Order: sequence, then structure tokens, then C-alpha cells
Amino acid sequence: MSITCISWHLKYFLGKLRPNIFNCPTAGILVKGIYELWGEGGSYEELEDAIKSYPDDLKAPYMSSDCTFRIIIDSFGNSLTFPEQNERILKFAYIPFKGKVNLKKPDHKFWVMETDDHGSTNGLPPVAEKRIFFGREIGTADRKLLPTYQLKSRKYLGPTAMDAEMAFLMANQALAAPGKLVYDPFVGTGSILVAAAHFGAITMGADIDIRVVRDGRGPDCNVWSNFKQYGLPMPVGLLRADNNLPPWRPGLKEMFDAIICDPPYGVRAGGRKSGGRKLLKGVVAPYTVPDDKKIGHIPSTAPYSLAECVHDLLDLAAQMLVMGGRLVYFYPVLKENASSKPCFPEHPCFSLIAVSEQILSFRYSRILLTMVKTGSYTKEVAEEATKMHLDFKENHLKWLEEGSLLHSGVFCPNDLQTDVVRESKSNSDPSRKYRGKYV
Amino acid sequence: MRLLTHNMLSCNIKGVTNGFPLGLEITKREIKEVEFNSDFVRNMFAKIEWKALVNAAKSMGYEELPEEVDSSMLESDEFLKRFHHALLELHLEEGALVCPETGRQFPVVKGIPNMLLNEDEV
Repeated sequence: MSITCISWHLKYFLGKLRPNIFNCPTAGILVKGIYELWGEGGSYEELEDAIKSYPDDLKAPYMSSDCTFRIIIDSFGNSLTFPEQNERILKFAYIPFKGKVNLKKPDHKFWVMETDDHGSTNGLPPVAEKRIFFGREIGTADRKLLPTYQLKSRKYLGPTAMDAEMAFLMANQALAAPGKLVYDPFVGTGSILVAAAHFGAITMGADIDIRVVRDGRGPDCNVWSNFKQYGLPMPVGLLRADNNLPPWRPGLKEMFDAIICDPPYGVRAGGRKSGGRKLLKGVVAPYTVPDDKKIGHIPSTAPYSLAECVHDLLDLAAQMLVMGGRLVYFYPVLKENASSKPCFPEHPCFSLIAVSEQILSFRYSRILLTMVKTGSYTKEVAEEATKMHLDFKENHLKWLEEGSLLHSGVFCPNDLQTDVVRESKSNSDPSRKYRGKYV
Repeated sequence: MRLLTHNMLSCNIKGVTNGFPLGLEITKREIKEVEFNSDFVRNMFAKIEWKALVNAAKSMGYEELPEEVDSSMLESDEFLKRFHHALLELHLEEGALVCPETGRQFPVVKGIPNMLLNEDEV
């Protein structure tokens, strides 16, 4: 309901929208269309009065004899038969259209939108009062966009591929556009970059899992093929790299216009970084790879917690984004203590400009954060960041051991487990380990 | 791997101080067409290490880039087209990136460089 109503009431919101929405209404994801409202009312009589009092000089350009038009009836909460639609269209005979009707390719489209007040609500909240709107279409969103990109028809998918609609929203938040360079440090199957590429951006991605980015599921089922499938330009760079130890050359900065990603937070997929677990805990001396085994060696990885991951992400973004560039990413929240306001990661170089919650379950949401780089990454900030990073790493081991784990929070919250249950569980399954246990 | 990526990467093995620019070992190279966007190329000009790009382009068999550049050259469409070609269209499909200090090879397979370090290099 909200989506349709947004477009119906859009005239009130126009000032707040992305300024280029009028030039490019097809980029709208949640906006169905933009209309010039000629009148509204609770009944067709009221609507007639409203349309008649709408200034003639605004109406005249669309009613001249050399342009064609059609009227489309749209109803919410009710479906109308063709005779019912025709009956409604004929009611508008009082508007002095001089042009001809053209149903297939009219110059101007007029929409009649009515909400319904009949008894059955289809499980939705009842509509307070019947409203009828009449307006001229300025532009509509590309309705083929989401069916074209929906995940079920995509060739190469991973367990955490970003839903197409969400990916487009993220790309819009990041202001992806032609000539912009967009980077995803957790590229996976490329589902977010596909949306950015659709808006014309040049894309780059990295991932620590070589199987995902390089191999895919065969010669024509990999990250590259996901772009080929839609006729989009391929990413100009894909690499296997560790977000924790990025391989950028010293002095490299302000390369990207936007960084968009869905960091691994360990609910569906756990994060990994370089370094084996033993290495991480410092119990065993670092493993040295023998020379004859160096070719084709697969380095072991250690768990990479969300906190450390986001920390690295913010620092990467501070360094690599242009001024005014945007960082758009998902951040998970547990809603165990609903009273306390969730606090989001902060960085001296960034201002948080949008917080959009997607409720995933009763106790778990993810929040799309949009941050703008407003301060440059100076030497002081870099030093501060390095210091914080070291402190962070030190405390991090403790944090890991304390076990404030998102995965457990989502799948086995403490409040549902009595001590007895916990004990019996740990007895029956002493080595309960799953990938990404440490988020 | 395009030379834009090459220009951004260095060897980050612990203790290595001169990990840039990485050498190119070429087994298979390709030309991949990319739509020309003059604003993008102009933007990138200030961020690129020019000498590294010229040398990398040479090892990829493209010698049309001038050795010395200044920002006035951005007025020339001809120059922008060459820069665009070197930066975004020369593609290393199979080969390796070589650390100038240690000689460590980072393999490039199916166009994707593997920059992940081994346990003893972190």
C-alpha cells in the first residue's frame, strides 16, 4: 500500500527527492510514478469541481487538438471490470480534450486512481475514506527493472546474493551513475555491482574466497556471466584480497566514488581473514610454507568478526573514497534490548545521512547505513586509525572469547535457554562448531 | 586484470617496503573494450602513477603512451583515448604479478589476481 500511496501523494514530497528524479524517473525503485495532480476528491462530483478549478493555463498544453491521449483507471483494494472502467472514463467527458484518443502510444497519459472503502480489507488496514485522484503522468519507474534482475532468473547465485530490489536501492543510495567508480570489498557473486553497473557506474570488486570470484559454477556461470546475462559492462577489476590486509599501494587514496557492500556478519556467512586460528591466538609459531609447496598453496583463514570487519571497512572507505563519496552498507542489530537505541559505527571522516531498517525476524534486523565522506583522510586521522586499530585488535581477542556472538544471538538466544538445556546441549555436542561461529 | 587495478596494487608482505609497481608476467593477454567516458578518464589522471602505467602498458605490448605528461594534455581527445585504452582495455587474462623486492609471484588466473598472502607472509 505504502508504495502506491507514495506516488499518489507524491506532490507533497517532491521537494525532498533526489533532484534528478525528474530527469530520470526510471531510476526510481520505490517510486512507482510521478504525476501532476489535476484534482482529488471523496467522490466523482468533488473530483469534477477540483479538476474544473485547476488553472486552465496548466491544463491547456495537454488538451490541444494535435496531441493524443488516453485515460487509465487504477484502483487500490478492488479490481474493476472493463465495463466499470469505461463507465468511469466516460464521467470525464467534461474535460475539454480536443485531441484524439490513442491507446497504444498516446502523447499524454492521464490516470484516475481510486482507493476503495468497501467492507473487505484483504487483510490490510481499512482505508479511512475513499479518495479519487486525477493526474497527468510525468514519468513512471521502469517496471521491467525488477522482473529482469530478480534473483530467481540469475545464473550464478550464492547463499548471500543481494536481492535485486535491495541492490538497486543500495546503488541509488550510493548515487551510482555513469563515470563513477564503485567498489564492493565483499563482492561474492557480484549482486550489488550488477545494480551499480545498471546505473552506468564502472565497477570493481574484491573477495577473499577465490572459488566464488574465479571459479563460479562453470565456464558460463560465474561473476562475469552475471554481468553478461544482462548485457552490462563487466567490472574493470576483480581481485582476491583480504579486507583486513588490503593490497593497495602506499599513498593510494580517493579512488572510489562509492563503496557499497553487505559485510559478512556471520548469520548466513561468516567473515574470514588471513591467518590461521592457531596463529591468531599466538599459541603456535607461524606456519612456514615449504618452498616446494608454495605453488597452489591455499592459505588458511581465521574468523573475522563483524566489529573488526566494520572497523577495517570504515578505514578503507575513509582512505579510498573521494570527498563527498558515499559508503553504503548493511549493519545487523539484535533487538534484545529494544529500549536502548542502537549505536552505529562512527569515523571522524564520515557523517551518517541515512539509517534504513529492514526487519528480518522478531529479534533481528539489518540496517542500511549511508555515510558521506565529509572530512579528508589526513596524516593525523591515519595515525589515529592505526592506533585504534592496534588497540582494537588487542581487545578483540578478549571480545571473541567473551562470546558476544551475533550468530548465537540470532539462532540460540540466551533467554530461551535455561541452564539445564545449555548443559545437556553441551554434553551431547561438546564441539559445537560451525563456520562463522565468531561472526 | 586491467592496468587500472595493476596501478592500485602493491605487494603487502610484512616487511616489504618497495612493493610497487608489481612486475607483469604475461601468459595470455586480451583487449576488452570498455565504453569511453572522458570525465572518468580525466578524474583518474591525477590518481594514477604515470610511470608505472607506461611501463605496464609497454610490457602488455602497447607503446603509444607518452613518457612525460602534464595536465594540459587532458585537452586532447587523442591523448584521452590512448590513456583510456591503456588504463581500462588492456587485460591480463593469465599470468602473474611479481613483487619487485622479493620476487614473490601473485598468480592472475581468469583475469583475477590473487593477492592473498600465505601464513608466513602476514
